[in-house]
Amino acid sequence: MLSNFDFGVVTASLPYLFGQGMVFTVTLTALAAGMGVVLGTLIAMARLSGVPGLKHVAKVYVELMRSLPLVLVIFWFYFLVPYIGAWVTGASNPVQVGAFSSALITFTLFEAAYFSEIMRAGIQSISKGQTAAASALGMTYWQSMANVVLPQAFRNMLPLLLTQTIVLFQDTSLVYVLSLTDFLGAASKVAQRDGRLVEMYLFAAVVYFAVCFSASFLVRRLQSRVAIIR
Amino acid sequence: MTSTPMPAPTPSTPVTPPSQAPTDAGFQTGPLVDPAQAKVPGGTMIAIDAISKWYGDFQVLTNCTTKVSKGEVVVVCGPSGSGKSTLIKCVNALEPFQKGQITVADTKVMDKATNLPKLRSRVGMVFQHFELFPHLSITENLTIAQRKVLGRPKEDAQKRGLDLLARVGLSAHANKYPGQLSGGQQQRVAIARALAMNPIVMLFDEPTSALDPEMVGEVLDVMVELARDGMTMMVVTHEMGFARKVADRVIFMDRGEIVEDAKKEDFFGQPRSERAQQFLSKILQH
Repeated sequence: MLSNFDFGVVTASLPYLFGQGMVFTVTLTALAAGMGVVLGTLIAMARLSGVPGLKHVAKVYVELMRSLPLVLVIFWFYFLVPYIGAWVTGASNPVQVGAFSSALITFTLFEAAYFSEIMRAGIQSISKGQTAAASALGMTYWQSMANVVLPQAFRNMLPLLLTQTIVLFQDTSLVYVLSLTDFLGAASKVAQRDGRLVEMYLFAAVVYFAVCFSASFLVRRLQSRVAIIR
Repeated sequence: MTSTPMPAPTPSTPVTPPSQAPTDAGFQTGPLVDPAQAKVPGGTMIAIDAISKWYGDFQVLTNCTTKVSKGEVVVVCGPSGSGKSTLIKCVNALEPFQKGQITVADTKVMDKATNLPKLRSRVGMVFQHFELFPHLSITENLTIAQRKVLGRPKEDAQKRGLDLLARVGLSAHANKYPGQLSGGQQQRVAIARALAMNPIVMLFDEPTSALDPEMVGEVLDVMVELARDGMTMMVVTHEMGFARKVADRVIFMDRGEIVEDAKKEDFFGQPRSERAQQFLSKILQH
């Protein structure tokens, strides 16, 4: 039954698929996740700060990002960022940022909204007594956040943060709308060129599954290792 | 239908013979307080001046006034919900209050100009639920504030921390995590953590209330030693034995008011207010 299929095309294109496609996907995922967690943590702190203006801006931002489809945000940013850049820097022409930077900014800003919800739960999971103890020892807000609250919140939320990163890993395939070539894009190109759609998309699916499944497995292993002894 | 009698309980045997039971290093001799820190009695350390506090419409503290002199040990007692924990948390501004003023070592607590973190770093506090940092080892718990707040070099902070850990008899546990220690041990570490900052006064907020009965003694021993070394202490507790032993004065609170503020002998001898008499008769019966 599989006689009509030619999986030789997969082996022939492996260097291209992984050397370019997968490297792009992993780079974008890692950078966007790293920056997204940092930004998301700051947004979560803003939401929990109790400072009226700051609190509301953060809430509106998170709600907005979470209610828009990612593809739409990617499009909007791609077309808007050059104009925003021009407006910020005062340049007369739109600032060229390039598709990759645009994608990176978009994913960072979009994922930050999701990471901020996770970090907000993480920060709230730390008892008031811990912050009181930090304050009583003379720590400032930032010292108590950096040394007491956030390290514990990160550990408690690490599984969720990594699970969200796995989702991000899959979402990066949406960069095809910016004509960027990620792993799926690379597979798609080869498929179109050689007319081997089934083989290439099947292979891509297997790779995504293998990566995400083993990542989830590792997350579970990691979870028990970083858990705080109570 | 006949009921089967429950089997007689088997006489309990200790899990480990006493000779093999794990032991702490035992209390080390030597003062817990720097001789330089132990202030000569006299002079006011904490002045609480007519403070009132509300949660919304509910008034938790009503016009509380008292003071703690240098080197004095003051025990605050009273029924649950009487506001004693809230009062002690007002002293280092963990709880804000709306009226009145508290002065600690000549620094106003509720004042925009006051550097609160700096003031708090001089006021040691021990909590009911210990509040050690669970993600840090015992040594890190003892050194983190010294390093980040006081800016002590790591070696000095460690020396000071491990020194105090030895004084509370827990040297063997330096590299463990709080979750691996018993409640009593955690509370002794918490006291050492507060002392590591060389505080001028120590606040205790029901330090033994969350402990199993057999661990209360080890924590009280450390506190008694601390009192004898001349530390200024304000202690919220139900441990009347501790109050009898080391307190200079006893404050009795009820419904957010200071009802009685008397020398220990007077308080236990002839409490003036009826409410204090009732309270004492209830807790001393047992």
